[in-house]
Amino acid sequence: MLIEAHTVLAAQDLTVERGGLPVLRGVSVSVGAGEAVALMGGNGSGKSTLVRTLLGLLPHRRGAVTLFGSALRDFRDWSRIGYVPQRSLALLGGSKVKEVVAAGRLARRRPFRPLSRTDRDAVHNAIALVGLSDQLNADIARLSGGQQQRVLVARALAGEPDLLVLDEPTSGVDLEHQRVLAEVLAGLLEGGTSVLVVLHDVGSLAGLIDRAVVLSDGRVVHDGALGDLGQHHHGFGGHGHHDHVEPVEDHDQGAETLLGGAIEP
Amino acid sequence: MIEILSYPFMQRALIAALLTGLIAPAIGTYIVQRRLSLLGDGLGHVALAGVGLALLTGAAPIPIAVAACVAGAVVVEILRQRGKATGDVGLAVLFYGGLAAGVFLSGISGVGAGGLAQYLFGSLTTVTPSDLRLIAVLAVVILVITLGLAPQLYAVSTDEEFARTQGLRVRLYHITVVSLAAVTVALAMRTVGLLLVSALMVVPVAAARNVVRGFTAGLLCALGIGVATAVVGAAASFYVDAAPGAFIVLLAIAVFMLSWPISYLLRRRYAAAVLPEPVDDDELMVPHTVTETHPHRHAPGCGHPAVQHGDHTDFIHEGHRHAAHADHYDEH
Repeated sequence: MLIEAHTVLAAQDLTVERGGLPVLRGVSVSVGAGEAVALMGGNGSGKSTLVRTLLGLLPHRRGAVTLFGSALRDFRDWSRIGYVPQRSLALLGGSKVKEVVAAGRLARRRPFRPLSRTDRDAVHNAIALVGLSDQLNADIARLSGGQQQRVLVARALAGEPDLLVLDEPTSGVDLEHQRVLAEVLAGLLEGGTSVLVVLHDVGSLAGLIDRAVVLSDGRVVHDGALGDLGQHHHGFGGHGHHDHVEPVEDHDQGAETLLGGAIEP
Repeated sequence: MIEILSYPFMQRALIAALLTGLIAPAIGTYIVQRRLSLLGDGLGHVALAGVGLALLTGAAPIPIAVAACVAGAVVVEILRQRGKATGDVGLAVLFYGGLAAGVFLSGISGVGAGGLAQYLFGSLTTVTPSDLRLIAVLAVVILVITLGLAPQLYAVSTDEEFARTQGLRVRLYHITVVSLAAVTVALAMRTVGLLLVSALMVVPVAAARNVVRGFTAGLLCALGIGVATAVVGAAASFYVDAAPGAFIVLLAIAVFMLSWPISYLLRRRYAAAVLPEPVDDDELMVPHTVTETHPHRHAPGCGHPAVQHGDHTDFIHEGHRHAAHADHYDEH
C-alpha cells in the first residue's frame, strides 16, 4: 500500500528558503490514507523544515501542499491533523497535563463555548492512551522528558485526527517511552489513521513504517520501502550518504529510477 | 470601613480599584504567558502621548489615551509578527517616542510635565462618574474576552505553532491580547497610574503561580490576589493618607514574597512522594559510567524502584541508579 487512491497529504516540488539559503529544493512527498511514512535524513537535511512547511508553519517559495484534497491556503479542517512538535513552550510549566492536552481539542471547539462532555472524554482518553492517567493534574514541568513527549502525543490525539504528524518523537527519550509510543502508533494505524513521522533512525518504530522518504541536503534521495534503504542508511550521522547518491535533478523521476521502481507508478 | 463608603469619591475609588485589580491580572496572565511582562510598562509610556494630546486639545484624557495605547500596541505587535522589531530596538523607539511626545505635548499645552504626574502615579480619589462608567464598560469587555476565550488565548500564548495547527487565527488573537493590555494600561492611569499598572498585570500572576497548580487555577487565583490587594490598598491608603497606587503595588509585592515560602512548602510536600533528584549531572557533563552487559531489562514494575531523572527513568539497582542509554545502561 504505497500510494493509495486517497492521498491525505501531498507536496509537489516544494522549495523553501530560510535566511536566503535553500533548505528544501523541489521536494515532493505524499502520505496515503492509513499509511505510515517515515521522513528520514541527517542533521540539517531539512526534514523538520519539511514537516513544518507541510503544516503551513513555514512559508514556501515554490511548489504546492495539499491536505486532504484542499490546497494548504484553503484548508480549514484542522481537526483532521494532529501535530506533535519536537519541543514545545507548553512544557515550561505552569500548566497541568490535562490543560496542555485540552489544547488539542481547539480545532473542534467554538469560541466562548465551555469544554463539552465529548471534549473532556476525548482529553481523558488521549491521556489514558499514552499511559499518563495518573498524571492528569500534574504540572507538566515535573514530568520526565519521555512523559512530556507522551503528553504532546496525547495533545495531538485529543483532536481525534486522521493524520498524525510527529517530529522526532523518539529522540532523547528512554526505551520505555519508545515502546509506549510504538504501541500507540500501532493502535492508531490499525484504526486507519495515517502517520508521518520524522525520525533520525527508525529504531523502535521500524516494524510500523510502510515507507521511508530520505532527505539529504534538502532533496529526496529515497522514497520507498524501509528495507530498500540498505546498509548505507543505518544511521544518519551527517552528510555521509550524500556521497553515494547522485544529486537528483528531477526528483520525481529521479527517486524512482534510483530505487528501481520502489514507487508504484 | 463603613465611614469611607459614605463618601461618593471613595465609593468610586474603591469600585475603580476593584475593577483594575480584576482586569490587570486577567490580561496580565496571557502577557506573562507570552513572556512579555514588560509590555505593560512600555504601553504606559505610549499612553502618555495620548494624555499629552488630551491636555493640548482639552479633551477627556482616558479615551484619547486608550486610542493612543491601542494604536501603539498594534504597531508593536505587527512589527513583531513581521520580524521587524529585532533586538527590541523598535519597541524602545516606540515607547520612548510616546514618553517624549507626552512630555512635549503637555509642555506646549501650558500644563507642563508636572501635570502628567497624576497619570503616572494614579489619582484614585479624583475618578469622576463618567471615568467610572468608561472603566466599567471596558472592564466587562476585557473580562468577557479573557475568560470566555481562555482556552484559545492560552493555546496561542503558550504554543503558537501548535495553535496554528489547530486552525486558530494566531495573529488575530495576539493583536486582541495586546490591544486589551493597552486598554487596561490606559484605564489604570486613573487608578494605580501608568508606571505602576504593569506591576499589577505581572505580580499577582507570578504570586498565583507559586501557590496553585495549573493555568486556569493560576488565572482565577491571580484575579483574587489582584482584587484583594487593590481594594485593601485603596481603602487602607485612605486611613494612612498614602498614595493608593503605590500602596496597592507594594501590597501585591508583599503577597508575591509570601508566595515563595508557600510554594517551597507545597513543592516539598509534592516531592516527598518521589525520591529526591541529585544535582543535574547531565548538565555537568560527567563522563558516564557504562556497565558492560546487563542481563536484566528494567521496566516499570520489574521490582527495582524507578526514579524519574531528567528525561529518563533510572532504576535503583544494587545501591546505584541504572539508566537505559541507547543499547546499554549507564550507572550514576
